[in-house]
Amino acid sequence: MTAETILFYLFGGLAVISALGMVLNTRNTVASVLSLVVTMVSLGAVYLLLEAYLVAAFQIMVYGGAIVVLFLFVVMLLNLSTDEFPPSKQRLIKSAFVIAGVAILAQILIALGHDPLFATPPEAVPEGYGGYRQVGILLYTDYVLLVEMASLLLLAAIVGALILAKRKID
Amino acid sequence: MLPMDHVIALSAILFTIGVLGVATRRNLIVILMSIELMLNAVNLAFVGFNRIWSQVDGVAAIDGQIFVLMVIAVAAAEVAVGLGILLAMFRNRDSVNVEEVNLLKW
Amino acid sequence: MTPLMHGFVWGLVIATVLVTIAVLSIWFERKFSARMQSRLGPTLVGPAGILQLVADALKMMQKEDLIPEKADSILFRLAPPFTVLFTLSVAAVIPFSENVLAADLDIGVLFMLAVGGLVVFPVWIAGWSSNNKYALLGAMRAVAQGIAYEIPLVLSAMVPVVLAQSMRFSDIISVQAETHWFVIWPLGPGLIAFVIFFICSLAEANRIPFDIPEAESELVAGVTTEYAGMRFGLLQMAEYLHTLIASAVAAAIFFGGWDGPFAPGLHWMVLKTLALFFTIFWIRWSLVRFRSDQLMALCWKYLLPLSLLLVMVAALFVHYCGVGA
Repeated sequence: MTAETILFYLFGGLAVISALGMVLNTRNTVASVLSLVVTMVSLGAVYLLLEAYLVAAFQIMVYGGAIVVLFLFVVMLLNLSTDEFPPSKQRLIKSAFVIAGVAILAQILIALGHDPLFATPPEAVPEGYGGYRQVGILLYTDYVLLVEMASLLLLAAIVGALILAKRKID
Repeated sequence: MLPMDHVIALSAILFTIGVLGVATRRNLIVILMSIELMLNAVNLAFVGFNRIWSQVDGVAAIDGQIFVLMVIAVAAAEVAVGLGILLAMFRNRDSVNVEEVNLLKW
Repeated sequence: MTPLMHGFVWGLVIATVLVTIAVLSIWFERKFSARMQSRLGPTLVGPAGILQLVADALKMMQKEDLIPEKADSILFRLAPPFTVLFTLSVAAVIPFSENVLAADLDIGVLFMLAVGGLVVFPVWIAGWSSNNKYALLGAMRAVAQGIAYEIPLVLSAMVPVVLAQSMRFSDIISVQAETHWFVIWPLGPGLIAFVIFFICSLAEANRIPFDIPEAESELVAGVTTEYAGMRFGLLQMAEYLHTLIASAVAAAIFFGGWDGPFAPGLHWMVLKTLALFFTIFWIRWSLVRFRSDQLMALCWKYLLPLSLLLVMVAALFVHYCGVGA
């Protein structure tokens, strides 16, 4: 087992544990949000191991540095650090969801074990893989329409968030 | 080299955890975070498969990573709007329990 | 030596040296402020006031290690070491000379910005877990200011990246060594970008004139209100480290890093870093602090559009005049 593989299992395990911690923790919302940060950062580390350096940096910068902080801010603003809700009314639907989710996961995992795609390890990456140059060139040639759409989407989101979050002026 | 089937399996596990979070939790904040988790799981699958097919005729092929960047942009927009909705909901209902939001208009 | 070992050894050396400089700088700052503002103590304790450092350290270690009863004790303990850890890990990509560098990453500048952006979390945890209204208000201001100033910080750091056509620190420095330091040439974008970068670094590190998260006249001590003893010491040290590392980054990407005549590269880099670090002290003891809304207005109304414009000007410059011309 190489050092890379050990690191992968380490960060992968950390991501799964903290993701479970986020979903299962019903007592403390702040702890949930902080678990999400751990998941994001360990996924960033996994991207580094997969040699997608630019994506790893963006993962940590955007998810870790911006998106999760927004969650923290809302939790703090609304003082939602504990959520003790009354018992749910939709037990049946929820347990059905849980069973279906776990069944699909089991199917995927079994299918993965039999797929010939994973029989041979992937070849070494070519020059420039995962760097910013290739991504930049591709973004502004083949995917330029996608970039424009993303910018429009973000603009719409800014306006939408402002209108939704603004207090009504009576 | 990383075991690629385990990378995809990690992605599937994280996605399932996200689905379970959306299905079982009633706190809107945790639901939004679970959606983020699902998007992240998809990103991991993109990066993993991109690593498997990392080149076309010796030239680096990184289309998968482009999609990841787009997903991150969409996730940022989604969080901004989602948290805006959450704030509006909290103002009107004084709670972030999604089961209490059972009217079309209030 | 494998790259991993090389990175580990140099990382350890650089981290140790940075922490030592940060501790010594506390003594220097005490003396400096004493000279500027007629504070008597720090110039009189021992020869040249050098014992003031020992006195401070002894005082800090003697303090009782308090954890408030209603605080979230795990998070409360975790926050100070993680603040130092995240701050120090930025130093991994900064080259101090051609050889003294831990990791020369291809995406060095981006890594620095990404990891630097994570520092808001431990600060927020410190404020929230204290369970104290002043600490919480301080944390809220620190996070708001950290996120807001992150954007012009990133954009102004992109100006040297565009001018050098690389995100690798050593490439940026060698382009400057071959042509001019970016702060001098191209006239305009380089200098203004440096000023914006410097202002944003001050804001990210919560230093005067942007120290509203710990404004002692309104918030007691902000985030650090409930901290005592060595935990408080760690939080303070993280602040000094943050300014020190920001100075090193600015020296590398705007002032040509190890480039300079007569002396070896390491000397020049250290000299430039310490000069910028000294400027931060100078600013701290000369200026007064901004109001919270003035701070936000400065960021969103002036620095952000200006830095966007600068990136565009830098791109046009490279397009018409070539890299570093």
